Amino acid sequence: MMGVIGRFISSNWLAVYAVAYMLFLYAPVILLPLFAFNDATIIAFPLSGYTTKWFDLLWTTEALHGAVRNSAFVALSTALISTLLGACAARSAANHHFPGQKGVMGFIMLPLVLPEIIVAVALLVMLMQLGMSLSLWTVIAGHVLICTPFSIAILSSAFAGMESSLEEASFDLGETRWGTFRRVTLPLIMPGVISSLLITFTISLDEFIISFFLTGTDVTLPVYIWSQLRFPSKLPSVMALGTILLVVSVALLFVAEIFRRRAARRQGAGPGSTQGLV
Amino acid sequence: MSNAAHAPIIEITDVSKSFGSVTALSGVNATIREGEFFSLLGPSGCGKTTLLRLIAGFEQVTGGTIVIAGKSMKGIPANQRPTNMVFQSYAIFPHLNVAENVGYGLVRKKLGKDAMRREVDEALAMVDLTGYGERKAHELSGGQRQRVALARALVMRPKVILLDEPLSALDKKLRDQMQHELRSLQKSLGITFILVTHDQEEALIMSDRIAVIFDGTIAQLATPEELYRRPATRKVASFIGVMNFLEASATGGGNTPYQLTISALGDVEIDASRAPDRLKASDVTVVGVRPEMFTIVDEDTGNFERQVQGKVTSTDYYGDMTYYTVALPGASNPVTISMRNTAGRAVAREGTQVTVGWGADSIVLLE
Repeated sequence: MMGVIGRFISSNWLAVYAVAYMLFLYAPVILLPLFAFNDATIIAFPLSGYTTKWFDLLWTTEALHGAVRNSAFVALSTALISTLLGACAARSAANHHFPGQKGVMGFIMLPLVLPEIIVAVALLVMLMQLGMSLSLWTVIAGHVLICTPFSIAILSSAFAGMESSLEEASFDLGETRWGTFRRVTLPLIMPGVISSLLITFTISLDEFIISFFLTGTDVTLPVYIWSQLRFPSKLPSVMALGTILLVVSVALLFVAEIFRRRAARRQGAGPGSTQGLV
Repeated sequence: MSNAAHAPIIEITDVSKSFGSVTALSGVNATIREGEFFSLLGPSGCGKTTLLRLIAGFEQVTGGTIVIAGKSMKGIPANQRPTNMVFQSYAIFPHLNVAENVGYGLVRKKLGKDAMRREVDEALAMVDLTGYGERKAHELSGGQRQRVALARALVMRPKVILLDEPLSALDKKLRDQMQHELRSLQKSLGITFILVTHDQEEALIMSDRIAVIFDGTIAQLATPEELYRRPATRKVASFIGVMNFLEASATGGGNTPYQLTISALGDVEIDASRAPDRLKASDVTVVGVRPEMFTIVDEDTGNFERQVQGKVTSTDYYGDMTYYTVALPGASNPVTISMRNTAGRAVAREGTQVTVGWGADSIVLLE
């Protein structure tokens, strides 16, 4: 018996490795919904029965609703601001070249690789020095900082796929610069814009460290969850909340990916391709 | 010249354009007449596309003036100029269908739905695309995209249509067909067309006049026939068609005929009216002869007043034509001679001794 397994592992070691890897990565996540529907206060096996009471509890917790509203506000604002900034940066990087461009773009992309805790502490110190009081707006500022690089990365490919002569053609046909943006540029980069909005929204919604450091009296959802972890009796409802967040995040990323692919397809079929050329 | 059809529509005076320290154009002067098919011909990087973009208003001149329809274009952006462009890539809006593409510029004119549809249909009919209005951009072939781009420009009723290498992306057969269609469309509409091309054959076929551009300046501006028969410089001569260059020296000129001594052919007198204006006899080092201006003498051709002996060094048979390379005594390079393959004519093979006939009118004087 052992010999059979041994042979299986040695001949399919890559597949075995992949399965083990996936289990290690996702098993904890699967535990989340499992315990969210478990009829017991203690998070432990064996499971004691099916219930939706933890979810029901969420609907009646006022503090949670406040946190959800705060998070929604922060995530929405972050998504809009960072997508707008990202669009401007991506557009200028795609169509113009200026001295030191690579350095400037690298600098904008830096928060992508900086440890978030460093960014959070640095922002906190700076805000204190400036004498600004902490609020949801300071959280938004922090989130915009880390979300803009994602926005730029997504929108750069949207702009790069768009042939620059399309804008010239529109201008040549009598349209103004704003009209050109509205009638040509925006429709063509729209899938990229939607994809950017969804991804930055998701990042902001899940972000903890910056929210934790920069938040005032209004907490965001991740910070609220963290505060609840101190009370063992609240743990199952946190699991329920986590389950909802998980589903929402995955759904948003899924939709974002659909839009990103649609953008790539639309531009692939456009005149930007080498279709008809040698 | 008082004829309205020949009135100038674009006057380009002393135009120069620099991008940073790079000079793309300098000292460009040209007058383009109303209803004319005008070509800007030159190798890639010569500045022809820059000149077209200056006319369109995508770039602003560094020096000089461009006047279109009597109005200076200084500071006037592309969207306010009476010109429309057909782009090299066609720039068909991928998110709009054919009718929306063609009607794009009309939206701002606020014609009303019915009038707009009529205009669009009319433009589509002009380019032979009736019934294609609902097609999506990606459903079109290369040739159809080109027609849509043209219809989109025509529908604006511009004074001048600018075409930036519009046929370069098409295969040879379609290109030949489009050359004739574009030409006949231009003639029937009477709109001025300015075509940018690097293809000398295309320019010769389509144009009323051609400006040959080298290194940012116009080397010669002439009709296709003049350009082929009387290229002004050696560079123009070798760019347009095939030209044999033969060492020569000259005396005379001015009001008297040029007395030429051509090492491979002998002495010949050429009337001063056939020389480029700026030519000085002392500057003549070479003369040009087109391949078809030489004749390999046989029974059909009869004898020529002037004949030299030569030896065939290679033969390229093209079916309708044969191109010979013939070594002439006294010439440092062999000359190319083209002969039409008539029914009874034998093809001379490599190593054959031949008699080459020529005339004084086959000699082209070059600056």
